[in-house]
Amino acid sequence: MARIIVITSGKGGVGKTTTSAALAMGLAQKGNRTAVVDFDVGLRNLDLIMGCERRVVYDFVNVINAEATLNQALIRDKRCDSLFILPASQTRDKDALTKEGVGRVLEEMSQTFDFIVCDSPAGIEHGATMAMYYADDAVVVTNPEVSSVRDSDRMLGILSSKSRRAETNAEPIREYLLLTRYSPERVATGEMLGVEDVQEILSLDLLGVVPESLAVLNASNAGVPVILDRESDAGQAYGDMVSRYLGEQLPHRFLEVQRKGFFSRLFRG
Amino acid sequence: MGLLDYFRSSRHRGSASVAKERLQILVAHDRAERHRPSYLPKLQREILAVIRKYVEVDLNAVSVNYEQEDSREILELNIVLPDAARQ
Repeated sequence: MARIIVITSGKGGVGKTTTSAALAMGLAQKGNRTAVVDFDVGLRNLDLIMGCERRVVYDFVNVINAEATLNQALIRDKRCDSLFILPASQTRDKDALTKEGVGRVLEEMSQTFDFIVCDSPAGIEHGATMAMYYADDAVVVTNPEVSSVRDSDRMLGILSSKSRRAETNAEPIREYLLLTRYSPERVATGEMLGVEDVQEILSLDLLGVVPESLAVLNASNAGVPVILDRESDAGQAYGDMVSRYLGEQLPHRFLEVQRKGFFSRLFRG
Repeated sequence: MGLLDYFRSSRHRGSASVAKERLQILVAHDRAERHRPSYLPKLQREILAVIRKYVEVDLNAVSVNYEQEDSREILELNIVLPDAARQ
């Protein structure tokens, strides 16, 4: 049986797809058979972030409609043998994702995978509710900023009332907070909400803090999940996140302002 | 951060604390709302309609509050009658 993880946020542009790609790659690199599924029907982007956009033949909706088998639609990652991508459909009506159809495909995937990472679209509409419906775990991606925090809280409400686990009175979804685009400098000067602030408001287990980083744009430009850039701060932060998800206790990094010498402080900008 | 910014920044201190305060209020409100039964607005409208058959009251004369405590749920109805109606 696979563990189904939804990457969600409510708000757009906070780093859901970047996080989905990083988590899936990280889990697969540790030897877990992992699939990452794009639920953003009509606006697929996961294939671009994963760098497999030219290998898409069939998609999620084709599988739901039995126009292709799961094996025909799954794309094996070229860098990691145990990672597979199921792309979203680019053109179809988003109602093509039926609860029954999604359930059937996830059930079939559960037979052979250890983890299924569901990349949710923004918003709280159909695609987002389908992405979280079957989840066992949820990673709520949040920026330290008012609208993102509020939307995350709304998403938590939906997770606890509209998911399969909620509807069947099963054990609730395990919810984790991932704080992204974090800028320790701005937190230090009091212009950005700090980790403790966001945690206090949302009261969630903190899975990781990913600093605002140039590496994220560079990685998406190249179609390489940023977790593979082990030199970069964001890559390392995502690496830690994956280990924590798998149960390792690691201290959070990248929360402090990088110390600069006295002269660079005095003369810079 | 340059030397000048260092002094300047002390005046800016606090936009994050404003954000935190606003969010705490908002999130508490959203959460209270979330746990209310979904029939409340309709209940409020219908009660208001019945009362207005007999007494001319304001549209906001009826307030419906819902509270949840450990073992019980309280539905509180508050109807404010205008002074004229009592005479």
